[in-house]
Parts: sequence; C-alpha cells; structure tokens
Amino acid sequence: MAQSKKQRFYMRTAILAVLVVAIVFTVYSNLNKEKNAVLQVGDKAPDFVLVDMDGTERRLSDYKGQGVFLNFWGTWCKPCAKEMPAMDNQYAEFTDKGVQTLAINIGESDLKVNSFLNRYGLTFPIAIDRNKSVMESYNIDPLPTTFLVNPEGKIEKIIKGEMTEEDIANFMDQIKPS
Amino acid sequence: MDKIVCTCGNVNPAGTELCESCGRPLNDETKEKKIVDMRYEGSARRSQTYNKTIIDKVWNFFSSVKVGMWIIVAILVAAAIGTILPQVFYVPATNETDIAAYYERIYGTFGTLYYQLGLSDLYSSWWFQGLVGMLGISLVIASLDRVIPLYKSLKKQKTKRHISFLKRQRVYGIGKADVSEESLLKAEEKLKELKYNVKREGNAILAERGRFSRWGPYVNHLGLIIFLFGVMLRALPGFYVDETMWLREGETLYVPETHGYFLESKEFIYETYSKEESKEVYGEAIDRVGTIAKNYQTDVALYKGPEGAVAGHTEDLTFEKEASIQVNKPIKFDNFSVFQMDFRLDELATMTFQLQDKQTQQSFGEFTIDLADPQPIYELNDGYKVEVMDYYADFTGFEEGVPQSQSPLPNNPAFLIKMYSPEFPKGETSFVMIKETVEPLGENQHKIAFQSVETRDVSGLTVRKDLTLPLLALGGLIFMIGVAQGAYWNHRRIWIQLLEDGQTVIAAHTNKNWLSVKRDLDKVTDVAHLPKYLDQQDIDSLEEKVDKVEGV
Repeated sequence: MAQSKKQRFYMRTAILAVLVVAIVFTVYSNLNKEKNAVLQVGDKAPDFVLVDMDGTERRLSDYKGQGVFLNFWGTWCKPCAKEMPAMDNQYAEFTDKGVQTLAINIGESDLKVNSFLNRYGLTFPIAIDRNKSVMESYNIDPLPTTFLVNPEGKIEKIIKGEMTEEDIANFMDQIKPS
Repeated sequence: MDKIVCTCGNVNPAGTELCESCGRPLNDETKEKKIVDMRYEGSARRSQTYNKTIIDKVWNFFSSVKVGMWIIVAILVAAAIGTILPQVFYVPATNETDIAAYYERIYGTFGTLYYQLGLSDLYSSWWFQGLVGMLGISLVIASLDRVIPLYKSLKKQKTKRHISFLKRQRVYGIGKADVSEESLLKAEEKLKELKYNVKREGNAILAERGRFSRWGPYVNHLGLIIFLFGVMLRALPGFYVDETMWLREGETLYVPETHGYFLESKEFIYETYSKEESKEVYGEAIDRVGTIAKNYQTDVALYKGPEGAVAGHTEDLTFEKEASIQVNKPIKFDNFSVFQMDFRLDELATMTFQLQDKQTQQSFGEFTIDLADPQPIYELNDGYKVEVMDYYADFTGFEEGVPQSQSPLPNNPAFLIKMYSPEFPKGETSFVMIKETVEPLGENQHKIAFQSVETRDVSGLTVRKDLTLPLLALGGLIFMIGVAQGAYWNHRRIWIQLLEDGQTVIAAHTNKNWLSVKRDLDKVTDVAHLPKYLDQQDIDSLEEKVDKVEGV
C-alpha cells in the first residue's frame, strides 16, 4: 500500500514535470524567437567570409584568439554614421591589443561605401554583404547592430542601436584576449 | 484509504462505487440510488481518491473535467478578443513606436488600450500559450485518470453480476417467466445474430457490443495531444520557418534560414485580364474596377552554395533549377517552399543622362547609371567625362549642407557629379536630382540632362518550411477517428440471468442511444419469452425528479 502510494507520487510528479518543462520551454523559446531569432549570447558566432574595400578577404574564423568587434551598418543610417568615427579611434587603440574591428555594410554599392569611408576617413576594414547572407545568418535588425565576439569565437554581447565612444572602448576591452 | 473488499471477494481500489467484478454497490450513497451512475463503470477515478501532497492537489485540479471546460472557455474568450482588432503581425509598421501610433491613429483610445494590454500580440503572449499548455496538461491527466480505471473495470467485469447491480440499471425487468435452458440458448443465438459478443456463465448471459466506442474520447484526446505536441515543435529551431524576402529583378539573394540557397529573380510578371479575352466572365467587373489581376509570377533561378560554405560566400554557386513561382505554386527545395506573396512594380533601376551644353543643348555623350551599382567614372567622347562623387538613393534634402538619404532604396535618386570637359579640366560640380539641379559651386556651363529611366519590379516572397505538418495531420486524423468512434458506435450491454428462486432478470445498459438497445432487447425477449422490462428513468421522471447527476 505505502509502496504503491509512493509509486503513484513519483509517477504523478514525473508526468507533471515532463508536461510543465515542455510548456515552459515552448513558451520561453517562442518569446525569445520574436526578440532575437537564432543567435544568443554564448552561441558560436556564425562564420563568414567577405572581401573588404581594400580587396582583402576577411574570414571570421581567421581571427580566432582575438576579439572581434563586428558592426553592421548602412550609409543611410544616421546613428551608424555617428558612431563610426568613434569606432575608428578605438580601432586604432585596440588593434594592437588583439581586438579587431570589422564593419559590414548591408548590400550597398561600392561607390556609396567608398564615398562614405572617404568622407569620415575610416581606416578599419569595411566589407559589403552583397547577397545579405551574413546579415541573414546574424539576423540583423535594426541598424546599427554590433556583435562582440570573444577570442573563443563565441558571442559575448549583442548591442542594438548607437554606442558612445566610451561604450565602444568598454566593449572592446571586454573582448580583449587575456 | 484502504482497498474495498466486496462480498464476492474482489478487491477494489479505494473510491470504487460498484464492484469491478460483480457490480454490487460499495458505498451507502450508491446503495441509495435507484439507478447507478455508469459513466465510468462506478470505477474509482483516481483523481477523486487521494488528495494529500501538493502533487496530488495539482493532479486533481487538472484531472477535473470542470476545470478543463473552464480552461477551454478561457481560451475561447481570449482567442475571440484577439480578433477584435488586427494583430501586430498585420500592422504595417515594424518598430514599437510606429505600432503604438498606428493603433492610436486608426482605433483611438480603444486601440491604445488594446495595444498597451498586449492584446495586439495576444497569440504569442506567454499567458495565452500558458493557457493552451494547461489545456494540454488537463487533457493528459484527465484522460489518464479515467481511461485506466475504466479499462480495468471493463476488463474485470464478470458475466454474472449481482442482483443489486442489475436492479439499479435503467432498463430492468424481473418476472417469473417460463424461462428454461432452451430459451437462454435461443436468447444467446439471437444476441449473436444481432452481432453481440455473448458470454455465458452458468445461468447468466452477458451480451456486449461496441465496447471500443468507450475509448473514443481518449483516442480523441490522444489526437489533440499529438496536435499540440506538433505545434510545440514549431518552437524548436529547424522545424518551422516563416520568413519574407524582397527580391529585385536581376538580383541574387540569400534565401533566409535555408543554409546555403540563393534565389535570382529573372523576371516578375504581372498580368491582367483584357476585355477581349474575358468579356463574358469579367467584362462587367473590368468596367467597374478597371483591372483584374490574372497572374502574379516571379521567374527565378535557384542556386546552392558549396557544401559547408560560410555566409558571405558569393562564388561557386551551383545552379539547381529554374522555376516560375505563381500564387499557390511555390518553388520547392529541401523541405522549403518559396511563395509569391507581394510585389512592387517599377522601382527605378537605371537612369540615362546626357552631358549637355546649357546654352546650345549640344550633347557631349550619354551615360547610364545602374542605381544598384553606380560607377565612379563615366568616360564620354572627346575628353569629356563624368565623375559620380556620391549617390543618394532616397534623397530627402540637405542638413547643414550635407545631402541626406533616408534609405538605400532608389525612391528619389540624387547624384553629386563632377563634369569634366576640355574647357574645364578641373571639373564643374553639379547636384543632380529628379527634375532639378543645384550648382553648389557657382554657375556651370554644362549640365546633366535626364534622358530616360529603366525600371524593375520587386517580388515579395515568403519562405516557408514546416516539418510539423505530418504530425499535425496525424493528430487531426486520430482526433477524427476518436470522434467517429465515440459518436457513431455505442457500447451496449444486455444481462440475462436465471435466479435461484426461479425468477428471470433482464437488464441493459448503453452509453447512448437507448432506443436501439431497447429494440435489441425486444427482439431477444420475443424469441426467448423473457419478462417485460421497464425504463426506470421514465418512471422516475414521472414520479419525481430526485436523480441528480453527480458532478464530474
């Protein structure tokens, strides 16, 4: 009798636990899906390869062991234009400390991107994502969005919207290889 | 909570109302009833017997059909509320502020309230999904708590039931009829003819038919649970994709979520019915509304990137196939379907200009700018050339002297241009907009004269993948099987017993459609000369309405 009561208790607990876990998981992942599909902090940053404006091939996995400050932008996006000179300053500061900067333009023309980087005198590598595949795999929305990729190749932080120069410095420091 | 040992020797679980084996009423309440409640065969619904630990209490809560009903009502009401105003998904705005503004603008205060209460995104809210989840729990627990005891007691039921059980059946008759062994045999034969499953034990007959209809509700619930499980799987990555993409003619874009597929739009086709070809069918309608669409179609080529290639890779795409995507005729590949959903006609693609002398309008050559890829230099004849210094796709005006563009779409293209000529080797600067030119650095001798444009169409495509569909179909099928099983068949039982005192007892029970079991019984009594039966509920309702159906 006592045995079967105990059995029933465990049985009921197990069934309830399975059901509750399934539901909590479903609700949780549905809520998260809307906010930021697929990629989350701690995930491996999806690899990509793009050719920058100087013709150099930039592959994310080549930066293993270094932090990567990955910025997605467009020339029409005003906050992007505002934070880029600050990024350039911090790029100069951190590039020797093992933090690389890479700015990915969303499918604009060479002419437009070149005129932009000449106007602001930007020195860090900029590449154009012509078929928007990198943008899709990082699920970019809105612009600017910045991913901090740590030396292990994992996403350390996702920043949506504009950053101040101080923010940028702190973020770059955060992914500095030790 | 002890087990109940019946006089017949059967050990019943605590809470049992009718002995599983012989059918004797086991508690006073049941004994006082004229007709027993046969809904769960008087078995102990386990939910009603133990109520000690928290787990038991939660279990009992969900086991209640009443609770289940209220959950369904709550879901219905909530789902209905979600249809009062359009959900966020259908609102033509993407960011929070725009959405809020939209609800306020179109629906006023009620719209604002609706939005602020989160009703505008009701179906993906945690509480709505939680309610559906609770329904799932209720389905599982309520079914388990009923189907197991029901199965056990139907399996354990004896052919010979105690008189106290029989006399509490709704259809019941007793009498000193002239019933012999022979008439029992006749009854057996007739019942078999009526497709009953007949068992005989001494002087007792149990004829049973359509027991499987009792499982209908549980089969039905199983189907629902499978269905809900399928819906749940959609939350897992890889099972469900619903994305949109805008694809311009001539453009090759990555297809979202497909891991390595690219689509190129060759052409977008929009056709309307002409009056000549369909005067009879659409003639009137065309007169009334102008045009009637006949076809929306995107001709595409599908490419696949190399195996294991990383994003951004643009070379070595291998051609897979060409297809014409029409409404409801998607291109299919690798579990994905890409549907024709939307379109925009005539987006600017190229613009052709002439370099002219302002006075004489003499042309020094023509050049065409591809708005998707403007070139820095356009060489013309005889030492004339044009340099595009900057390009503003969606020009909105100047801010502190700097031209602004609000998007990368060529809605209002403008160019900052330098014109080189033998007379002006250092160039003349001109800011060229549609229908207007600004000369920021003083009067020019030359001008850029607009000649023509070429446009291209944009296809709005939807990328879908749903691996849960087979599971949803299976759930739906099982659901329907359960409904049919419970609705079109019914469980009928007829008991006939020769008692030791020489009297004959007949009793019958069915879970629905009493008329048919009575008709069956009539046929049997005719052949076997059994005593007359009465429908005790009829008598009851004539006398007084005492019988209160016990709550579930």
